[in-house]
Amino acid sequence: MKVSLFITCLSDAIYPRVGEAMVRLLANYGVKVEFPTVQTCCGQPAFNSGYWDEARATAKTILEAFEDCDFVISPSGSCTGMIHHYPKLFENDAIMYEKAVKLQSKSYEFTQFLVQVLGVTDVGATFPHKVTYHPSCHGSRLLGVKDEPLALMSKVKGLEFVPLPFAEDCCGFGGTFAVKMSEISGAMVSEKSDHVKETEAEVLVGLDMACLMNIAGNLRYRNEPVRVMHLAELLYEGVKQA
Amino acid sequence: MSSGHGHSDGATVKERADLALNNDFLRKAVKFTTERLKGGKLKATEEHGNWEEWRERGKQIRLHTIAHLDYYLNLFVDNARANGVHVHFADTAEEAVHISLSIAERKQAKSVVKSKSMVTEELHLNHALESIGVEAVETDLGEYIIQLAGETPSHIIIPAIHKNRYQIADLLSEDAGEKLEPDTSILAGYVRRKLRAKFLEADIGMTGCNFAIAETGSMVLFENEGNARMVTTVPKTQITLMGMERIIPSWADLEVMATLLPRSATGQKLTVYMSGITGPRRSADADGPDEMHIIIVDNGRSLQLGDPEFQELLNCIRCGACLNACPVYRHIGGHAYGGTYSGPIGAVLTPSLQKNVAEWDDIANASSLCGACYEACPVKIPLHEMLIYLRRRKIESGHGDKVEAIGMKGFATVMSKSGRFKAALKLGKLGQKLVARNGEIRIKIGPLKGWNSVRVTPSLPKKSFRDQWGTMEAEIRNGLKEMDPDMKNRMEAIVKDRANGGGHGHG
Ligand code: SF4
Repeated sequence: MKVSLFITCLSDAIYPRVGEAMVRLLANYGVKVEFPTVQTCCGQPAFNSGYWDEARATAKTILEAFEDCDFVISPSGSCTGMIHHYPKLFENDAIMYEKAVKLQSKSYEFTQFLVQVLGVTDVGATFPHKVTYHPSCHGSRLLGVKDEPLALMSKVKGLEFVPLPFAEDCCGFGGTFAVKMSEISGAMVSEKSDHVKETEAEVLVGLDMACLMNIAGNLRYRNEPVRVMHLAELLYEGVKQA
Repeated sequence: MSSGHGHSDGATVKERADLALNNDFLRKAVKFTTERLKGGKLKATEEHGNWEEWRERGKQIRLHTIAHLDYYLNLFVDNARANGVHVHFADTAEEAVHISLSIAERKQAKSVVKSKSMVTEELHLNHALESIGVEAVETDLGEYIIQLAGETPSHIIIPAIHKNRYQIADLLSEDAGEKLEPDTSILAGYVRRKLRAKFLEADIGMTGCNFAIAETGSMVLFENEGNARMVTTVPKTQITLMGMERIIPSWADLEVMATLLPRSATGQKLTVYMSGITGPRRSADADGPDEMHIIIVDNGRSLQLGDPEFQELLNCIRCGACLNACPVYRHIGGHAYGGTYSGPIGAVLTPSLQKNVAEWDDIANASSLCGACYEACPVKIPLHEMLIYLRRRKIESGHGDKVEAIGMKGFATVMSKSGRFKAALKLGKLGQKLVARNGEIRIKIGPLKGWNSVRVTPSLPKKSFRDQWGTMEAEIRNGLKEMDPDMKNRMEAIVKDRANGGGHGHG
């Protein structure tokens, strides 16, 4: 069984620790993750802005990188969701279309893979902190990743889970939206931070570093002492501590 | 409508949004009501117990109807005519206005009472009526308020959502010439008394239509205040304006819609009043108009037919759930969208109805593509995807922003080869030396201006994931555990299932 990591350009460049946590956690289960280095970015920034030729040029690196593996795992519901758009993106190219459909059927967001494929909910972690969770829109709405992260957290020893009010509201990231409509985006992320603060949680976790970068950036700007991390990081840290 | 379109000022969505973001009254009022409606919907759909299945039924009914729209429209028209209704077709807004005005002139009408019609807003019909000296009076409470204020609706079903109780009390007090307390029942009571006289003197009743039933040629109205009933029964002449897509095949289909619409709109199990009107008054009827007209309006709708990316827009039942669910709408309200229809549905409908990519599509950028609209929609219209198609059509038609286009070309050049991506990361690490402090970038210039005015940006760490991979891989290989045979079997079964055409759940 060949399992390959789709790190996403953001985690590759800025949050390598997320990829490391995933890979090391999975090694505990005998999953030897591969990392095909021809991958770059899923193409979402171009796709969502309407530049589909540019998106295709980028998406090709992903289609090539994961052509021969059995499972693709990624620390982002949004970038996995982008792979789900590949069939539409290549609808006028029969060969690429077929590759796109194949890739879509084997692509998993990290917690989906852990829970649905490996059947793991208790990773044996201990994390004695008050934690809240922001479900990113693309992962939860478009991929349907809703129960998996909650199931994983419920098994972490010492973890006190506090639900985030209005959790399902978008954090306001939206890729180029945050730049083009920066005032609206700013209003959205400020509201999100208010809700995070209300929970009095020490830690905010999520499944998408883009959204977390957005929220963390605002929390930091406001000097709120909330630690922001990907759930994979939390689990890995918790396993090391246990 | 004294101020024409009554939108907030500002040439672009961004400018109008910025105005709205600085209007605390508006933001509080919109937030308060959308949250209440959203909560109501959530409760109502949970209580329903089988919501997803009904949503799918609703979608299928709409898909089927729109796919055979000419058939069902013909059926509807034949049946309506057999019931004694005068049916008119209007290709454009101008035609629809012209037909309405001719009826008013022929009837020598002095006043029209109106209810429940976003289509007449789309046509700016009140303005046209006033221009020939016919008074047009809105009789839905919210519409009445908006008309007094000289504005346009900022929500499909709650036209005055952007006003709070005190602002409404001020408007109505001025209308009444006496101070009215900001109490909903007092205010509603005043409007009801005021309108009673208007109903009695009106020559024409004018409404929209929630659903038109093809099998009997009937039109159905959903409402909560009872005024639409008055509008359709008291005046001697009745005019219904309906978008050409309002059709559903049968009364059995209405059952599904009557379940989906009120729950999605306000969280009500059923609407308070549901009127089905099948032709003008017959001799045995106690009330009803002597003459009834239905004007079927195209105005850009048929442009969506046969367009695989946008045809589903015609499935919309105008419940407003997508507005209530939308976080962007919550912050900027409806007027910022600049069209008759606001929120996610408006952002797609406005440009689509006008096939006007160049001017209107900046609304398509006012979305984070979070998909809350799609999730809320009782007939599952993929608005979040349509927004992307609109953006693409703008680029394809050459109306894109030149600077952005260069940026995207650069993005594709760097990202289409991993070697170039690696080189770019190296360059970035060099470049950020100028601006990064303690792992953070706080400058507020260039592309980071908007972003960094409420955020701090992380800088690039010394080593990217790909830089670390070699060492990490060697360590992992050494410490790898044996895989549990059960786990291995599961994985193999999934791969096998996939080869047989199975796959895991896709959104
Ligand atoms: S798009 Fe869907 S949710 Fe929005 S108004 Fe239409 S039917 Fe309602």
